[in-house]
Amino acid sequence: MTELNRMTIAGARDALAKGETTSVELTEACIAAAEGQGALNAFVHRTADMARQMAAEADKRIAAGNATAMTGIPVGVKDVFAVKGVPTQAGSNILRGFVPEYESTVTRNLWDAGAVMLGKLNQDEFAMGSTNESSCYGPAVNPWRGPDGQQLTPGGSSGGSAAAVAADLVIAATGTDTGGSIRQPAAFTGTVGLKPTYGRVSRWGTIAYASSLDQAGPMTKTVRDAAIMLGAMASADPMDSTCADLPVPDFEAALTGDIRGKRIGIPREYRMEGMPDAIDALWKQGAEMLRDAGAEIVDISLPHAKYALPAYYVIAPAEASSNLARYDGVRYGHRAKLAQGDGIVEMYEKTRAEGFGPEVQRRVMIGTYVLSAGFYDAYYNRARKVRALIKRDFENAFADGIDSILAPTTPSAAFALGSVDKGDPVQMYLNDVFTVTLNLAGLPGVAVPVGQDAQGLPLGLQMFGRPFEEGDLLNQASVLERAAGFVAKPDRWW
Amino acid sequence: MSITEDEARKVAHLARIAVDDAQLPALARELSGILHFMEQLNEVDVEGVEPMTGVTPMRLKRREDGVTTGGMPEKILSNAPDAREGFFAVPKVVE
Repeated sequence: MTELNRMTIAGARDALAKGETTSVELTEACIAAAEGQGALNAFVHRTADMARQMAAEADKRIAAGNATAMTGIPVGVKDVFAVKGVPTQAGSNILRGFVPEYESTVTRNLWDAGAVMLGKLNQDEFAMGSTNESSCYGPAVNPWRGPDGQQLTPGGSSGGSAAAVAADLVIAATGTDTGGSIRQPAAFTGTVGLKPTYGRVSRWGTIAYASSLDQAGPMTKTVRDAAIMLGAMASADPMDSTCADLPVPDFEAALTGDIRGKRIGIPREYRMEGMPDAIDALWKQGAEMLRDAGAEIVDISLPHAKYALPAYYVIAPAEASSNLARYDGVRYGHRAKLAQGDGIVEMYEKTRAEGFGPEVQRRVMIGTYVLSAGFYDAYYNRARKVRALIKRDFENAFADGIDSILAPTTPSAAFALGSVDKGDPVQMYLNDVFTVTLNLAGLPGVAVPVGQDAQGLPLGLQMFGRPFEEGDLLNQASVLERAAGFVAKPDRWW
Repeated sequence: MSITEDEARKVAHLARIAVDDAQLPALARELSGILHFMEQLNEVDVEGVEPMTGVTPMRLKRREDGVTTGGMPEKILSNAPDAREGFFAVPKVVE
């Protein structure tokens, strides 16, 4: 058997069911891998004792014959999810010392299914960023290195999750995707990342960034694993009023591998000037793979796609400025030391200046500005109208009989840490150009590794599906995955 | 549209984030750059379009108006930077 920590969820499940291994053995292999991960900085808090206990419980459950597909599977959890009794900071200094008294619905569902908690994974502060560099723990590092050995970003915001999955420190991980934070890191690390339909997965206990966009999803080694893990993460939930009251289907059962007759759209607006040839070529190859499998490839138009990025960077900061108002130094986390005579306003202002990093401060201030009297209509309401048009573009495509849409995930492969100009935030925002559209429309999307660039770095494509039809989407993505046959792994240097 | 230093100071105060005067020019420049980027939205014809409130067409869930949880002051206060006698403590608010 290969090293146990390199297994997939599906492979581990089958091995556990046959008694070829135990959850304790799997978990010990992951704990050992995570102990040697220092240079990757993927874990920000490890919970080995908790993992060992949960693994022993899982083995009993498997022996008793009432295991689920996730029983005994060791996973990592993005720091943004509240896990009872485990430090939870969303990568921010303002939540230093915060230990939740409650459990997020996503992690509750995973533990109920028998999954094993390995620890908390690195991320950009409050999930704001595309490089993991805004984390209060310092950036996670991509297990894939540049041609001269330079350290690359694993992407963001779920960079720790992507690095941990790619480096086989975990069997799978949770992520959240507000503007691409699952799919972009998946593309940068050669892993699979699924952003479900808005409302498929409960947001309860997931520290909020932009509530109308945030959605949790699985980050895995294969499309099949994403299907299995989504099934365990998703549920209806009275604690989240935007969580859909829909039954959770068996997503894995949808993976028939048959996509004959599917109509797959290629949006012409995604063909951008200055896009690297390797990505354009990959996109064409991906379309051919799907055509060879019996799908019909159709050119489509999403006329408002180019406005998605500016609309996102109005709406997300507006919601963030409101959500992050709760960090006031009163109820949890950091409070600044006050000078003689300081009142409550000084307490708020000093606490937030010390606790929030520069990118979070910037977004909170932009959000405050676009919501302020006199600018609300010009920025925020206009962005919400454009958002309605962006969603309508997709509805029109689906009404024309399109089953899914194929596009690049990112405009480049992973780039060097420290290479984005900190003084020019818009440059970093451009990373999200292919991903934010989906969040604005609330649709499901999955990033799949399809090829490598001239330097050997992974490149991905993403597929968008119809709302609440993740099973059908994953089936189409599984065909792309199989045809692409991406098996490359980073050399172990960490 | 660009933001003056005065406006940057005002936004920082509205956001309850202390900003040194020395940092205001850089802040104003950054915020102006972002707003300039957003101004592409002015190219879009939004005549007659309703601003989107929720992305999934759904009626908000309803339930009986009743107490469903509570009675856990120790848990609520357990993460507070300053909690005394069952309350959150803050600097003096009223003169």
